[in-house]
Parts: sequence; C-alpha cells; structure tokens
Amino acid sequence: MDLSIFGYDFMMRALVGALIIGVAAPSVGVFLVQKRMALIGDGIGHVALTGVAVGFLMGTSPVWTAVVVTIIGAVAIELIRERGKASGDIALALLFYGGIAGGVVLIGMSAGKSNANLMSYLFGSLVTTSPEDLRTIALLGALVTVLMVVLRPWLFAVSQDEEYAKVSGVPVRALNMLLAVTTAVTVTVAMRAVGLLLISALLVVPVATMQQFARGFTVTMFGAMGLGVLAAGSGVVVAGVGDLPPGAMIVLMALGLFVLVAVVTGVVKLVRRGLRRKRPRPAGPSVPEPLDCTLDKAA
Amino acid sequence: MDKSFEPPVAVRHGVVHFGDRAVLHGVDLRVEAGQAVALLGANGSGKSTLIKSALGLVRLSEGTASLFGTPVRRFRKWHRVGYVPQRLGAGSGVPASVREVVAAGRLSRRTIGLPARKRDKAVIEAALEAVGLADRAKDPVGTLSGGQQQRTLIARALAAQPELLVLDEPTAGVDAASQEALAAVLADRVADGATVLLVAHELGPLAPLIDRAVVLSHGEIVHDGPVPEPAGVHADPGHVHVHPHAKEEERLWT
Repeated sequence: MDLSIFGYDFMMRALVGALIIGVAAPSVGVFLVQKRMALIGDGIGHVALTGVAVGFLMGTSPVWTAVVVTIIGAVAIELIRERGKASGDIALALLFYGGIAGGVVLIGMSAGKSNANLMSYLFGSLVTTSPEDLRTIALLGALVTVLMVVLRPWLFAVSQDEEYAKVSGVPVRALNMLLAVTTAVTVTVAMRAVGLLLISALLVVPVATMQQFARGFTVTMFGAMGLGVLAAGSGVVVAGVGDLPPGAMIVLMALGLFVLVAVVTGVVKLVRRGLRRKRPRPAGPSVPEPLDCTLDKAA
Repeated sequence: MDKSFEPPVAVRHGVVHFGDRAVLHGVDLRVEAGQAVALLGANGSGKSTLIKSALGLVRLSEGTASLFGTPVRRFRKWHRVGYVPQRLGAGSGVPASVREVVAAGRLSRRTIGLPARKRDKAVIEAALEAVGLADRAKDPVGTLSGGQQQRTLIARALAAQPELLVLDEPTAGVDAASQEALAAVLADRVADGATVLLVAHELGPLAPLIDRAVVLSHGEIVHDGPVPEPAGVHADPGHVHVHPHAKEEERLWT
C-alpha cells in the first residue's frame, strides 16, 4: 500500500480533521438517536446550505456564516418540537426545503458562481482543508465533545425521559437548546469532511452500530465515538491511497462497520441459541421437577 | 423537618382542560407530611392528571399547585420529590442499563457538570438493592419484565432520597413479586416519615400502608377519607385478584 501521499501537509490536515469530526459527531448523535431525532442532522444540513450561501454573498468564511444560520435554524426547530404540535412536522419540512432552495438561489446570486464550490459543500472537500480550517475544526470539535462528555448524565436524563428530568430539577429547556446548538455546530464542522448530504451518517451510523450489541448508554456513546474515529481514519487512508472522494469513503467505512457488526452479532446470537438447545439445562439433581411445586408461589 | 407544617402537596381549585374538554373541575387536594394517600378512580377520572398538575407537568388553567409550600412554578428543591411515572419514557432508541436509569434519579442532588461523589454512587447502589435489582444493574432496561421496569423506576425515585414519593399507577400490570417488593419499599419509606401519594386502580398489597383514600370521578373528588370497602365479590376476603386488568373493576371505586 502506497502511503506516500500522507507525506503532503494537505493530506495530513485532511486526516486530522476527519479524526476530530469522527469523535465529535457520534458524541452528539447518540443523544439525537435516543430522542428519536436521528434525521435532524439531515434537516440542519439543508439549513446549513443557506448559511454557506450567505457566506459566499458576503465574501466571508462560509463556515462561520453557516454556524450562525444553522444555530438559528436548530433553535427554531427545537422551539417547534417543544410545542409538540402536529403541525410541527410540516414546519420542519418547510424549514428544510427553504434551507436548500434558499441556499441554491443565494449561491446563484453571488459573484464567482462556480458550481464546483457548491459541490464541495454538498459532498465535502477534505483535501482542501486549510490550516485555518483545521484550527476551526479542532476548536469546535473539541468544544462539542467536551460538552457532550461532561454533561452526559444530564443530557441522558433529558433525552431518555423529559418529564422525569423536569421533576428532577434538570434544566431541560437549556439542555435541549444546547443540544440543538451543538448539533448545528457539528453539522457545519462536518460539512467540510463529508458534505451536507452525508452528515447524518456520521452522527447516526456509529451509534446504530453500537446499539446492536451494547448493553448500556455510556458504552454506546464511547464505543460510537471510537467507531467514528475508525471510520474517519480508515476512510481517509483508503481514499488517499485509491484516489477516491474521502467524504463518501468515510461514510462507506461507517456503513461497512455497521454491516460487519450486524453479521457478527447475528452469528453470535445463532451460535448461542444453538448451544442452549443442544446442551440440556443444568438442572441440579436429575430428578424431574415434581408437578405440584410449579404453581402459585405468591398464594 | 423544620417546615413540616407546609403540606408536601397542595392543589387548590385545580382546573385542567385538554383542548375544550375539562379533565379536572376545581379539585382541592392537600396531603400532609407523613401521610400515605391513595388516589383512586376509574380510567379517565383524572387521577394521573391531578398528580401531574401537582408536580407542574400539566398546566392548571385555573387554581394553584404548590409543593412544600412553594408554588410549583417556583419550586426548585426537586430532591425532596421522587416521581414514579406509569412507565419508562419513550426514548428507548439507545440501550440504557438499569443502573444508568436509576442514576438519573440522583441528578436532583448533583451539581450540573460535576462528577458524581462517592455518596451519590452509594445511594444509587442502595436504591438498586432496595428494589431487589442489584444483580440486574448492568442489564439493559429494555430486557426487563414489566414489573422489573417498574421497580427500576421506583429505584430511580429513591435515588434522590426524597421526602415525598409520587407514584402513578405503580401496581398496574405488575407481577405479584414486584407488587410485594413495592409494598415493602413503600412501608420502609413511610416508617421513615416520608409522604406518599399514589394513583392506583386497585391497592392489592399496598392497602395496609394507605391511611387515606381520595376517590376521583369525572374530574371531581367524590370521597376523601378511609379506604372505601370494596363491594360485591371483591368484599369476599377469599377473593383472589388474579385479574389485575379485568373490566368489571373499572367502576369499582366510582
């Protein structure tokens, strides 16, 4: 395998950026999955496009305008969700399509209208990560990860049983807002790596992979962060060696891990069941249970 | 117990509307410290709504609710309250172990962002022990039976070491062993001076603990006093409740 391409700085920046996103995204994603909002990342990704376009129009860094616009979008979504009205669904749809359409039109209006630029935000452009980009990714990625890890018990309580969290004095509203904002930040940071259309994969797939066999929340969370790193790292390396698009490769790696774990856990379950059937139950004495002792322990 | 004269639970003229429909019509409920009160009534009589509004989870359209003398909107000392909902929250997408769910009950005594102290961990273990789930602490709650899940929720409430326990149908759909375990835990808390307010369809093994019954019918209190004597076949001391969800019982308390 020819790894010489990683002698170039731009490739190392791509790798480091991907690894940071690989840790940060599942740390937020685990709470989104627990709240059954796994697809929210997609929606916020749509909104981010408008943010990117605003950046193009104003001639500033699209990442920062995207951060601002997605935070506004995420907070709006959270306010709609909080109301819990049936029309909330429609409101979300309006927001998402508005985000994409608004973004495309605004980009069309901006000066250097190159579609290549738009494509790099839709599908990611890791190898064009500048040192300044990498600093932004590192700063925001670390912030998100530290917040999620430190506040894990509280965010867990809110995502698992919101009513109970309220009567435990947990600041439910503030934490929901925090989660919305960190989701927005993660989406904008990850947009550089895998692109707006594939962001949810990094938020959700590692969590879904862990869910197949993990027995607790903490294990799921940290395991998913590990799998995120694994997928991001291997994805960039394979893409670098094979000259393939790294963003999509990262997502394929994450999906590959999911399938692998699904197959392994499936086989393990089958084997266990088979063993149980073959081996007679370890009953103490070999005398059959007397019939009259099986009923009504409580009576 | 410096403020024992403040009632743990007080709802004054509580009115609740769901849309156009009134679910509670001006209900007054005051639970004194150390009392064990059962809220009885048929399905849809407003029992759960009443305790939820007492806890501030359901908005009163008229009247006031207070906990330990503080209006529920301004109440902050949530570690004094242990709430046991009817069932585990819907957010079960990600597996959570029994211990993790119980640990959430300790948050009302923890400072946000700071790690758990030794004492917190010890109390969580003791709560698991009290409901007989210490050996299942690492298992995902989703793999537990209904009765064991109910016990998990009770352990979660105990983890706050509350002075007031509010339980929403703790015996519904729960096996006999878990009902006995629940009765033992509650008896222990009551002996310790805790206040208990529980919603029930039938009291079963909890009956000896209860010193006051409040019966709701169509959003109004129709009885407040000693536990009413069951009528008909239920009055027979030999009658065994092997049908916890039988339809005929729904009108028993109305």
